[in-house]
Amino acid sequence: MITVFGRSLGAPSPLTRLILLSAFSVALMMLDHRGHHLEKIRAGLSTLAYPIQLVAAAPAYVGRHMADFFTTRGTLREDNEKLLAERHVLLARLLQFEALKEENQRLRQMLVSAAQVADKIIAAELVEVSAEPFTRKVVVSKGSREGVYVGQAVIDAHGIMGQVTQVAAGVSRVTLITDAGHAIPVLNNRSGLRALVFGTGHPDTVKVPYLTAITDIKEGDLLVSSGMGGTFPPGYPVARIVKIVHDPNESFLSITAKPAAQLNHGKQVLLIWRGNAPQSESKTK
Amino acid sequence: MRLSPDGRRRATLIGTFAAAVILAIMPFPNWAEPFRPDWVGLVLIYWCLAIPDRVSVGTGWLMGFIQDILYGSLLGSNALAKSLVAFLVVRLHLQVRMFPRWQQAVSVLGLLVANQLLVLWIRGAIGQAPETIGYWTPSIVGALLWPWLFVILRDLRRRGGIS
Repeated sequence: MITVFGRSLGAPSPLTRLILLSAFSVALMMLDHRGHHLEKIRAGLSTLAYPIQLVAAAPAYVGRHMADFFTTRGTLREDNEKLLAERHVLLARLLQFEALKEENQRLRQMLVSAAQVADKIIAAELVEVSAEPFTRKVVVSKGSREGVYVGQAVIDAHGIMGQVTQVAAGVSRVTLITDAGHAIPVLNNRSGLRALVFGTGHPDTVKVPYLTAITDIKEGDLLVSSGMGGTFPPGYPVARIVKIVHDPNESFLSITAKPAAQLNHGKQVLLIWRGNAPQSESKTK
Repeated sequence: MRLSPDGRRRATLIGTFAAAVILAIMPFPNWAEPFRPDWVGLVLIYWCLAIPDRVSVGTGWLMGFIQDILYGSLLGSNALAKSLVAFLVVRLHLQVRMFPRWQQAVSVLGLLVANQLLVLWIRGAIGQAPETIGYWTPSIVGALLWPWLFVILRDLRRRGGIS
């Protein structure tokens, strides 16, 4: 064994190891955060980690299937009838939607504004694993193989859920709009007021900061995505204002809202490809 | 299946860490989420306390790194925090081993809080700090679980032939 000043080089002391590994960790964090140099490595590692996530999700999966197994015929028939009725209503509404879409297109052409092309949507299954404590992220079982890309918008049947932030081969991670690091540009559907909706880390509240007392906003207002910034498609519901507190000592209102999407339940999410994004067309093949 | 004593030791170590990792990402109902203790941290503290010459800073870093991958958090953040925890335990293991069980739990609380604080700082630095006071509950739950976890892991260690 090599010795230097009476110490062996074979086994460095814990302190040496701590210093070396800390330096390495800090370097990793900087590369990961600043330069996004580690995207490929992270994608590879996430693919390797997928089996562990599947094992962790297994009990919940089995539990759900057991519950399915014991569903009675009566409940199924009831559900079926309800769904059929709902489908009729939706189909009827869709008829109107087609007509409205045509009309919208014509009006847009008259105004010579950019035509809005229909968005492409695919459904993805949620992998039931928990994210880091106090972050709001979910894992979905669609990845770069299906053409998923970083920054892609994710919705459910009720509104915008969040955006894709990491992509691996067959799996990707979605940051929800309730995550503390997330913000989304919105419009007040009633007054047309522009605002930003920030996540708080709390599972079912978001906040709307930087609005003064004179702005036109009321409890119960629906906020829809404005499409500014280009990440999210415009016109999807984001959140509904729950409470507005006006503290005279503060320069801004304290506004809390509830996300429109059902972020905490449901097994499926929808991934949107913007109709007018040309690069996504080639990826989806 | 008969394993060699060496294989049994390794299986015990890897098994406990694997169980901790699985428990860390297992889906919980939403209300229970804030009460999930840091299983990986607890198991790491135990092994650093029991066999500091074999499980220490390097293992801590690796477990933190695995957590980073599984959580999708900033690569290196949990790794840094866990290696610090491992270092502190290895430094203090002779004192902490002597403590009565409740006092050990208090030290564990300190270690878990140090771990969470470091992660909070890092997340704050990149603008993703959570805004709930409930952020600290996992440490408290972890400390409360410590006496039982200690007994379970000690039995597993003896059965695995690790001394």
